[in-house]
Amino acid sequence: MSSIPSTVGNELPNEHYLNATYGIRSWLLTTDHKRIALLYLASVTFFFFIGGAFATMIRIHLLTPDGYLVTPETYNKLFTMHGVAMIFFFLIPSIPAVLGNFLIPLMIGAKDLAFPKINLLSWYIYLIGGCFVLYSFSTGGLDTGWTFYTPLSSVYSNSAVTPAVIGIFINGFSSILTGLNFIVTIHTMRAPGMTWFRLPLFVWAHYATSVIFILGTPVIAITLLLAGLERMFHLGFFNPVLGGDPILFQHLFWFYSHPAVYIMILPAMGVISEIIPTFARKPIFGYSFIAGSSIAIAVIGFFVWAHHMFLTGESSYAALTFSLLSYLVAIPSAVKVFNWTSTLYKGSISYDTPMLYALGFIGLFLIGGLTGLFLACLGLDIHIHDTYFVVAHFHYIMVGGAVMGYVGGLHFWWPKITGRLYPEAMARIAAVTLFVGFNLTFFPQFILGYLGMPRRYHSYPPEFQVLNVMSTAGASILALGYLLPMIYLIWSMRYGRIAGRNPWPATGLEWATDSPPLTENFDKTPEVTWEPYDYSNRPDLGLEVGQPSLAPAHGDD
Amino acid sequence: MVWQVTEQVEEERRVHRTGELFGQFETMDQQRESASLGMWVFLVTEVLFFGGMFMTYTLNRSTYPGIFAEASRSIRLSLGAINTVVLIGSSLTMAMAVWASQAGKKKLIPLFLIGTLALGTVFLGIKAVEYHDKYVEHHIPGPSFSFEPGADVATNAHAQLFFSLYFAMTGLHALHMIIGAGLLLWLLRESLRGRFTPQYNTPVELVGLYWHFVDIVWIFLFPLLYLIDRH
Amino acid sequence: MSEHHIVSPKIYFAIFAALMVCTGLTVWAAEVDLNHIFSGMNVVVALAIATFKAALVVLFFMHGKYSSKRTQMVIICSVFWLAVMLFMTMSDYLTRAWS
Repeated sequence: MSSIPSTVGNELPNEHYLNATYGIRSWLLTTDHKRIALLYLASVTFFFFIGGAFATMIRIHLLTPDGYLVTPETYNKLFTMHGVAMIFFFLIPSIPAVLGNFLIPLMIGAKDLAFPKINLLSWYIYLIGGCFVLYSFSTGGLDTGWTFYTPLSSVYSNSAVTPAVIGIFINGFSSILTGLNFIVTIHTMRAPGMTWFRLPLFVWAHYATSVIFILGTPVIAITLLLAGLERMFHLGFFNPVLGGDPILFQHLFWFYSHPAVYIMILPAMGVISEIIPTFARKPIFGYSFIAGSSIAIAVIGFFVWAHHMFLTGESSYAALTFSLLSYLVAIPSAVKVFNWTSTLYKGSISYDTPMLYALGFIGLFLIGGLTGLFLACLGLDIHIHDTYFVVAHFHYIMVGGAVMGYVGGLHFWWPKITGRLYPEAMARIAAVTLFVGFNLTFFPQFILGYLGMPRRYHSYPPEFQVLNVMSTAGASILALGYLLPMIYLIWSMRYGRIAGRNPWPATGLEWATDSPPLTENFDKTPEVTWEPYDYSNRPDLGLEVGQPSLAPAHGDD
Repeated sequence: MVWQVTEQVEEERRVHRTGELFGQFETMDQQRESASLGMWVFLVTEVLFFGGMFMTYTLNRSTYPGIFAEASRSIRLSLGAINTVVLIGSSLTMAMAVWASQAGKKKLIPLFLIGTLALGTVFLGIKAVEYHDKYVEHHIPGPSFSFEPGADVATNAHAQLFFSLYFAMTGLHALHMIIGAGLLLWLLRESLRGRFTPQYNTPVELVGLYWHFVDIVWIFLFPLLYLIDRH
Repeated sequence: MSEHHIVSPKIYFAIFAALMVCTGLTVWAAEVDLNHIFSGMNVVVALAIATFKAALVVLFFMHGKYSSKRTQMVIICSVFWLAVMLFMTMSDYLTRAWS
């Protein structure tokens, strides 16, 4: 590999994956992981805005205590459809299917994923599942909560549960195939010299995520299938009237859906582990601990599911065990936070946009994670179970954590994806807006929940109005924080400054090829001779060790 | 040494020309390894997919042991036992097909595949007879379900639970068999074209893994559905 | 090249025979009342035989015995997670009566 100047280039490469072929067929029938990633980017963004529209209506409705805007039935549908769209069709595929798809082969020096056609298939499966769910949304909606608890979902609900269940069942196979593809790719497609402990932490995080995809998703698929059969044919698997056990549904549901939380957060942690060393100009602190903690989170995540069920009549001995095991997840999570912080220590930090998202992530994840411990605590959970405290907690993890990671990652790799830089000043404003809007939206909900406001209620006592108004106000700032990047990122696809191969510069293999890369990713199979995040031994990056003046190139200053 | 290198280069050209090596891979070994790992990982998801049903079965059986035993006795044991023999037999022929492809016995591959396919079809046929029995006895869950004349509401409901699981589990298993039969047909066509050699036989091997997995599911379904306290 | 192990047909036939014997055994065991030894003995025996049969299929028909460590690890993972699901869920139901 020749020495690459870390300055901003003037021209895009002549040939790259975006201009290799033209026409709608070349996109819809592509097996290039980079193009499939962009297909996913478009479709998850679509679902993000659908979910976002429902969220907007929820927040407007909750401006007044008596709830004038929508009827209680509609309100049930709004929060259900918000959850289903966001969780199954945005958060779970977001980072893995977009950034993971795009980057894993580049990061490990492969031409593509191990099974490119299966990769395309998984996008189509996602679309088919999505169509079923949209059909459900538009023909009567869905009012069971995203959790589909039986027998409400299987017997009593009058909404369009069946198509939604079928849609999520189908969509599960998209996750499974993506996970399968990643696992095999990471095992067998690494370039010469790319040993396991030279893998970027992003790849480790995705390996852990894929393990959850593989082990968890089939269980939710079969569970929803059984619930669907129960609804269609009036069977009794989970219906107490017919001898079935509704708690069993919850066990099976959370066997997947608790680890699914780690499907959402682990890839974001991977993104953060890439951004932090890049903008602190330091090797990451405790590489093997961060890598190992990803795997640990994925594994321990499977032993804690029944902490969602403390109030269901679960045995108190089981509850005690699950509570204890839940605390264990805090250990690998804390390991990550400490290591990121230690990486920052004495680093030469530059506050570029991705770094702002990463720093925001650390703070918000810390709050989200610690409040998770409150909920894992048996005694306290009885008080705050099913209140806004829970809502605030998981939004801190999923929006503050996963979405911050996703948007931060999009910015970080945008130059690689499009070959162009986004406008830096605007992007920083958006990052700060997002952070402020997010906290204003969800921090009041911690207080509301602690004071006793239950979740999923259509109205609330007047004394909670001030906090609810704050939350709604925050939500509108948050919406602005999402719309801004949407606008300038699209703008930058045409008008952004040319990025060059490695604008930050960063150490990963993905930065050693053109931006945007060739369809085959690399001219010839790269050979890895360096350790990860090792700035001091990389003269090819054009950095001088310990020179803070070597700030990365920016888009517009 | 020089001779070896040219042979390697020659081989590399050949696999690219015949399309045996897909573009994303560097070597045949890498491709074979990826495909086999992919299949195994897929089977893990299958284990957990069926696992959810086994979980539902376990809980319900432990809640209603008596009625589950009674309902289980209403299924003809002979059919289940014969099917077990048939399916394990088909696993043997499948294993032999894999052996034939590895050992380069090109003529034998289609024969063993036809054997597997035939036994698989017999299995599904017997399954259909069994389903028909259940239909005649009003044991298909739904409005017309009736476990036995004069059974009370609770007995009926719990027996229906058993038969819901019976149909869900054997039905899903049968669906896997049908998919497997489709894969076998495809293998058969390719093997008649002589595509599988000791160098290139991954498809046979992978379909084999899948077929054996389906066999394993049945190995558990048989005692759980047919053999509850037959004494 | 890879260490591709070809299992001889003799082993396949031997395994098939063993599986047939086990099938006979499991049918026979179900018709004997073992529950007087301890309640549930019949289930335990039936599942033990099934597990043994499944192990034979995995190890020989599916070449698990001759596979790489990685493949064996994958197999162990699937069994382990299935066990986690079954045992941890049942741990709830079986300990409810204690309190």
